[in-house]
Amino acid sequence: MVDARGYSCPTPVIMVQKAVKDGSPSKLEVAVDNQCSVENVTRFAKNAGYAVSVSEFEGDFKLTLTK
Amino acid sequence: MEKESFIKRYGLLIGTGLAVGAAAVLLTYLGNPANMGFCIACFLRDIAGALNFQRAGFDAEVGTGIVQYIRPEVIGLVLGSTAIAFVRGEFKPKGGSSPMLRFVVAVFVMIGALVFLGCPLRMVIRIGGGDLNAVVGLAGFAIGILIGIQFLQRGFSLRRAYQQSMAEGLIFPVLMAALLALLLIGPDFIVFSAKGPGSMAAPVLVALAVALVIGVLAQRSRLCMVGGIRDAVMFKDFRLISAFIAIIAAVLVGNLVLGSFKLGFAEQPIAHSEAVWNLLGMVLVGWGSVLLGGCPLRQLILAGEGNSDSAVTVTGFIVGAAVSHNFGLASSATGIGTGPVAIAVAAGFVVLAVVSVMNTQKL
Repeated sequence: MVDARGYSCPTPVIMVQKAVKDGSPSKLEVAVDNQCSVENVTRFAKNAGYAVSVSEFEGDFKLTLTK
Repeated sequence: MEKESFIKRYGLLIGTGLAVGAAAVLLTYLGNPANMGFCIACFLRDIAGALNFQRAGFDAEVGTGIVQYIRPEVIGLVLGSTAIAFVRGEFKPKGGSSPMLRFVVAVFVMIGALVFLGCPLRMVIRIGGGDLNAVVGLAGFAIGILIGIQFLQRGFSLRRAYQQSMAEGLIFPVLMAALLALLLIGPDFIVFSAKGPGSMAAPVLVALAVALVIGVLAQRSRLCMVGGIRDAVMFKDFRLISAFIAIIAAVLVGNLVLGSFKLGFAEQPIAHSEAVWNLLGMVLVGWGSVLLGGCPLRQLILAGEGNSDSAVTVTGFIVGAAVSHNFGLASSATGIGTGPVAIAVAAGFVVLAVVSVMNTQKL
């Protein structure tokens, strides 16, 4: 899981970008702690061909990216 | 995968950009200084003056400097953000991401902005008014952002922030409310310029109301001047930059309608034509803003959402404004300041380079 909690954009997107580039995983979980990052990571992931679902995670957000 | 519709993707941002541009023209029409409907750097500088942290251009005859006023626009932007953040459940006290480094970087961002004479928002407003010096500034701003991106791509981060207490998150909006009280009451120890740009202002309640609306829109759309160029370069994401362009378009149309559009380099309102300094000042602003994660406007909005790192950043802007004017670093319509401008700008680049390198590590 990419834990980007506490980081503000664009760092969470860069972390996800790197994880996608390194392994091009079919499933990736990302934790973020603010709505802005949820939107930005979601947009990036969709552009990279992933489907995104958002759930609650320890009071923050977990995005599940699948392709 | 379904494609996001154009309206859904760009609607809010372009709408916000058009609203900001229209508001800027309106506020200037109602009394704000020319091409300064909104300028976060200038307005924070004026607030520093109202609190007597600086008395630039002090005139003994009238007893005030020329840039001293509590700008309700700043207060409205922050409180608008706070209000909508609470409504949307996005008010989240957090901070602790290298606060002191942010403070120092913010000081130099402000020094750069006052060498150029405007924050990135005023830069685009000046472009919309036909001020070609601001196009030079834009070139510098873009260069600064590109430098910052090099570090971002190599893993630059000021480290993570942590959840903080409600009191920590609320203190900045509360201070803004206190400033509003001082503005409305006008006690003797608060100074409002009797002449100069600080004496030129739209009516308080109109400016406040307009800024509250813009604060709400900016919070919802995540409007950011530095983010526009950054995201376009890094992610080929043109959403934020669409707002940037929308502001220029709205200001341009507004100025053409009101007959205040004037194309050229010479005799532009509250601007100078020393190209090297316009460029270098904005390189400092662009690079520093990338490190801070957003332009001065965005920092106000984030501070309104309870982000204490951004509140510290804004405090750094205010101190930077006082430093700029007290040491003769700020430019004026006649040219750059009479103090050690070159040394200050060079010091700024050294500080940004050190902060960038020392905080770059594999993510």
